[in-house]
Amino acid sequence: MTSTTVKFGSIAPRRRERSNVKTVIGVVMTAVMLFPVYWMINESFTTDQNMRKSPPNLFPVGGTLDGYRQVIHQQLPYLGISLVVGLGTVVLTVALTAPAGYALAKLRPRGSGIVSFALLIAQMIPGIIMAMGFYAIYLSLGVLNSVMGLILADSTIAVPFAVMIYAAFMAGIPAEVLQAAKVDGAGQLRTFSSIVMPLSRNATVTVGLFAFLWAWSDFVFASTLDAGGNREPITLGIYHYIGNNNQQWNAIMATAVVASIPATILLVIAQKYVSAGVTAGAVKD
Amino acid sequence: MTSTRSPLNRLAQAPAGVELSTPAAGSPGPPARGRGGRSGRRRKPGASQLAAWAFLAPVTAYLLLFYAYPLYRNVDLSVRDYTVYSFVHGGAPFTGLANYRSIVADPTFAPALIHTLVFTALSLAFQFAIGLALAVFFTQHFRLSSLLRALFLVPWLLPLIVSASTWSWMLDSNSGIVNAALHTLGIGPVNWLTSPSWSLPSVIIANIWIGVPFNLVLLYSGLQAIPHELHEAAALDGAGPWQRFRRITWPLLRPVSAITLLLGLVYTLKVFDIIWVMTKGGPAGASTTFSTWSYQLGFGNLLPQFGLGAAAGNLLVVMALIAGLIYIRVQRTQAES
Repeated sequence: MTSTTVKFGSIAPRRRERSNVKTVIGVVMTAVMLFPVYWMINESFTTDQNMRKSPPNLFPVGGTLDGYRQVIHQQLPYLGISLVVGLGTVVLTVALTAPAGYALAKLRPRGSGIVSFALLIAQMIPGIIMAMGFYAIYLSLGVLNSVMGLILADSTIAVPFAVMIYAAFMAGIPAEVLQAAKVDGAGQLRTFSSIVMPLSRNATVTVGLFAFLWAWSDFVFASTLDAGGNREPITLGIYHYIGNNNQQWNAIMATAVVASIPATILLVIAQKYVSAGVTAGAVKD
Repeated sequence: MTSTRSPLNRLAQAPAGVELSTPAAGSPGPPARGRGGRSGRRRKPGASQLAAWAFLAPVTAYLLLFYAYPLYRNVDLSVRDYTVYSFVHGGAPFTGLANYRSIVADPTFAPALIHTLVFTALSLAFQFAIGLALAVFFTQHFRLSSLLRALFLVPWLLPLIVSASTWSWMLDSNSGIVNAALHTLGIGPVNWLTSPSWSLPSVIIANIWIGVPFNLVLLYSGLQAIPHELHEAAALDGAGPWQRFRRITWPLLRPVSAITLLLGLVYTLKVFDIIWVMTKGGPAGASTTFSTWSYQLGFGNLLPQFGLGAAAGNLLVVMALIAGLIYIRVQRTQAES
């Protein structure tokens, strides 16, 4: 009895020590990985004079808010458009894909295999190809540079993934639950809206999160379908900056920081949904 | 019977409790449920099929309108001789495979193909190796491990244009932090983005940085699925960490590794934003891939060559589809086994 206690006492501190070493290694690796993010933030506060200094300042000492002032003066309309496009994409994606996920997971009508295969293939098509097709169509319809057009195009990034998430999640809803609703006289629509959807809340969060993030980050569709109008999203705001005033990197980096805010918020409040989404996209169940 | 039902089930039934109680008193739940289901299906098989398709109809229509049709337009673009005028007003003459022939004969073709392959292969190799090393590291639970793992996701979640412009500035020849760091080590300035020999490695480095988190998350979840007892048993038998990795982790992780790599392949072939923002495929085409070339042809010039751009893009589609079909096959065989 006494000998085990002694042994235990001698092992535990060593193990804790080793765990601390790992924590230190982990922190260092994370710091290396996130250095570009730190650098972006650092440079967003750097004054124009210090921007070209060699060697550069590692900390924003004597920093400036000029970059952020420029963001407020010039980039707010872009941010507004991105917000509208992002939210519009979320609504459209959820409305389209939740019923589809339900049908594929639970109802499985004849021929639905073709739809799931088409969705898998759709995911493989490069955005630049879609952009060219959309450009040709939008040009003849005269809907280039419209928010609605961009929402439609951006939703194509998220739709296949969203159907997959919903289908995987809804497949886990016990058949008895749906059967019980049917026995109670609920039609398919009612079962879907008052049972399936509430139970699939987590899937909706994951889908909404990714749909928003992808629409917010989209550059390919924005630069082909929406460039030149007065309703451009923030990705184009940054792109114009890089093209035009090459000298004002603090303004560019400040815009980049602001454009990263949604991703950061989502990571902080919904990290488990992010991991779930990444995993569910590749590994089924 | 009722006691074994999951709380989820009971929750869903709760509002309907009053109605259900009368028939349930005589016969227990399951037979009643079975009867309802069977009779419902027998009564109107066509109707339930119709209802099921009604749920699927929006996405099907959407796929046809916003995937199939743009793709069709793209193919149509690639087999006609479009000018700006005929692009707007129609009536471009059908030229068959002429666009494809001129794409293949174009002096940019071979470099673009090589760059696409090099970019994809190197990105995948490093993303996977780094992601796997990190995933193994993070499976040893230590303090802050889950927080740090979450922070590793940041590069993947940032808008690509944000990452690309940050890397552009870090790799700036005169004022970039990377050259400043190299300078303190006594290494002369490298023209990362402006020299033909360094522009492709530069965009690959940035792309690896962006792709590591994706590999980390997938491989980490794959590692989690390997039973811990196997490692403990091997450790008791005297297997060292490397032995355990080679004999247990690696073979058992193979299905997840295959999926991760194939999905990475599909995504990496498509990469456009990073290269376009950092180098525009230059200098002198030194970092041009199929995606930037196709964009360049269709949108990058004052005089757009939509037909050629679409043809180059369609070659990329073929590559992505081959990778995608292999992915689907592997996933199917894994699901079956």
